[in-house]
Amino acid sequence: MPDNAPILVMGHVSKSFPGVQALDDVTFEVNKGEIHALVGENGAGKSTLMKILTGSVPKDSGTIHLQGQATEIDSPARAQTLGIGMIHQELALIPYLNVGQNIYLGREPKGALPGLIDWATLYSQAREQLAKLNIAIEPKTMVADLSIAQRQMVEIVKALSLNADIIVMDEPTSALSERETERLFSLMRSLKEQGVTIIFISHRIEEVFAIADRVTVLRDGKLVGVAPISEVDLGQVVRMMVGRELGEMYPKEEVPRQEVILRVKGLSRNNELRDIDLELHNGEILGLAGLVGAGRTLLARAIFGIDPIDKGEIWIDGQRVKIDSPQKAIALGMGFVPEERTAQGLFLGMAVRQNITISALDKLCRLGFLNFMEAKRLAQEYVQRLDIRTPNLQQRVRNLSGGNQQKVIIAKWLSLNPGVLILDEPTRGIDVGAKAEIHSLMGQLAKQGVGILMISSELPEIMGISDRILVMHEGRLVKAFRRGEASQDEIMLYAAGGEKTNDHQKA
Amino acid sequence: MTIKKLNPLAEILRRFSVLFILIGLCLLLSLLSKRFLTFSNLLNVALQTSIVAITAIGMTFAILTGGIDLSVGSIVALASALSAGLIVKQGLPTYPAMGLALVVGVSLGAVNGLLIVKGHLPPFVATLAMMAAGRGLTLVYTRGWTIPIMVEEFTFWGTGNLGPFPVPVVILTIIFVIAYLTLNYTRFGLYVYAIGGNEEAARLAGVNIDLIKMAVYTISGFTAALAGIITAARLWSAQPNVAAGLELDAIAGPVLGGTSLFGGVGSVGGTIVGTLIIGALNNGLNLLEISSYYQKIIKGIAFILAVVLDVYTKKRR
Repeated sequence: MPDNAPILVMGHVSKSFPGVQALDDVTFEVNKGEIHALVGENGAGKSTLMKILTGSVPKDSGTIHLQGQATEIDSPARAQTLGIGMIHQELALIPYLNVGQNIYLGREPKGALPGLIDWATLYSQAREQLAKLNIAIEPKTMVADLSIAQRQMVEIVKALSLNADIIVMDEPTSALSERETERLFSLMRSLKEQGVTIIFISHRIEEVFAIADRVTVLRDGKLVGVAPISEVDLGQVVRMMVGRELGEMYPKEEVPRQEVILRVKGLSRNNELRDIDLELHNGEILGLAGLVGAGRTLLARAIFGIDPIDKGEIWIDGQRVKIDSPQKAIALGMGFVPEERTAQGLFLGMAVRQNITISALDKLCRLGFLNFMEAKRLAQEYVQRLDIRTPNLQQRVRNLSGGNQQKVIIAKWLSLNPGVLILDEPTRGIDVGAKAEIHSLMGQLAKQGVGILMISSELPEIMGISDRILVMHEGRLVKAFRRGEASQDEIMLYAAGGEKTNDHQKA
Repeated sequence: MTIKKLNPLAEILRRFSVLFILIGLCLLLSLLSKRFLTFSNLLNVALQTSIVAITAIGMTFAILTGGIDLSVGSIVALASALSAGLIVKQGLPTYPAMGLALVVGVSLGAVNGLLIVKGHLPPFVATLAMMAAGRGLTLVYTRGWTIPIMVEEFTFWGTGNLGPFPVPVVILTIIFVIAYLTLNYTRFGLYVYAIGGNEEAARLAGVNIDLIKMAVYTISGFTAALAGIITAARLWSAQPNVAAGLELDAIAGPVLGGTSLFGGVGSVGGTIVGTLIIGALNNGLNLLEISSYYQKIIKGIAFILAVVLDVYTKKRR
């Protein structure tokens, strides 16, 4: 087979989930022995495309050709036999098994009798594989005892040990330090020399330019373009991903700074949050940046009273308060839109009206009986104000799109007139149009005096919409920027622990 | 890169904490009653415990996958009625009758598995339904009457001795060894833990989840049927309402022994120790002449403490 023949062709692949067209007629070609980057915003369809390739999600239509042969991949086991390995974004390890058992799960070396496992071989092979990548982890260590970065490394070893021809890496660097990332890259290069094909998914465009040979860009489930990396520049790729200039998507208006509404002093919890000080003003959007696992969500949970804190003070409107439960936080005028929208923020089987009014029932009840007219009026008001697209108030939330679901959650909190709103990844998995609407809604709220603390892993979002940006690394706030002060690179540098300073109080 | 290391002493205490509880309980009981710490009484505890323990071993498999089997009490009753009835009422020879009772238990376990795997029912629901249906089948077969059985070839399996050891204790030991080896040394055992630890990850690794789950409920059906036969042999009769409420002890044993109701963590060794705790508690309370009504309350409290401990340690992880 000639070197540049496509090893994999996915032709005209489409896939829809209820309410979302995840992939729309996407054709994706990968050449043998190349590192092929697959990029796009959240919800662009990258993960879905790769899940189809690795047999964990069935496609609605389209074809897959491997080495020129038409193939159906109907299970993860089938993908493995075909030589396709995947490193999952959500780590697919089993916490209470050890490293060796995880690496060889599903293909343990056979022991003396049928059904038995040759443990000695398993552990020595695992040790060998780990040594090949210079990873200092004992194969008998339980995965639950490893750090996130270590688990990621184990994932990579697991995929490599499959001797796969094609390895899909879904955001493999998201939890790695720069040094670990560099090590991964040199490993990817040597794999490439051995003829292994790598499909590399990353949000970090600089990484794509550092390592990939070609890049395919998806947007809203559609193929936007394919190009050799040498023929495009960073700006072009970003424009292809986003579909418009960056400047126009974040309409936050400058609001004159007012009083401090939320003040956190010296907050610590276990080793996960260390000595955190922050101030949030009326009308301000405070962006919280950092890598996955830096403690941003933990900080939000601690402030909102979900997890207990060991040390530190929280002040609201100049009053010192003790928040030991979400009920307390809500009573003090706080709202929290969690990261896992469907799992933690919504009652999917219940109607739009019920979801919007569920936290405001105290206001809507007389002697324990719900005032239906009033509830309906309130829900209607927010559906109009937030432009929630639903045929009627009775529609089950399950049937709304991601963006409209998010608006329902925000409406729920707004019905309580909160002074502080914490939003954790408010636009993750939401299509671009709805994203802009959520951003403009956040701008309006700020203008009305709400203080917003926003956690986001998308740097353009953080940079575009925040009045100030705090960067977290390993449980600490390491840097503060004002709007426009920071570049994407600088934020990443601090997020990755590149500079250990603590001058954020001055900002 | 740092790896969390526990203090070795704390680790030993944590790993063997239930064993220490058992030893402590035995010491306490021997102080309270002179009759407790005698060879014959301890053998009696082992004998009384063995039926629950055999059932609890099958249950451990189900719980390790993150499931539950509520139907064991009813399967015990049905197997007990069938084994005795097929000999006494249908005139079958002893061993074919016992074999048939085992086959029925295994089949009902497999039906549990099918309902869970193919019917996508939660294990709780599928086995709760089987609990009712199995008890119903027993009542239909016995017409609500006790079936007495005096055939010595049969009663040997509940009342006989091999050397100094009662037969049920020997059977329990064999089942325990097989279960221990299966869980710790075979591919199947590894997959049982894997499914309980992270079912999606196991699926992605190419593990045949459906097959393993089927097997797990089938095993639970088998051990329950075996326990049922021993029950009839021990009592010289099959009683339609025997083993009602047995599922509580069969679940409490593994849970006391450190098997997490969330799945993925636990051992059959722990199950034996946990079941012995319940057995020693029952025996001790009997020796102390505490009413069986109060015994139930004490058991309930012990069970809740075990689950609270499980939830608490999970949270700290």
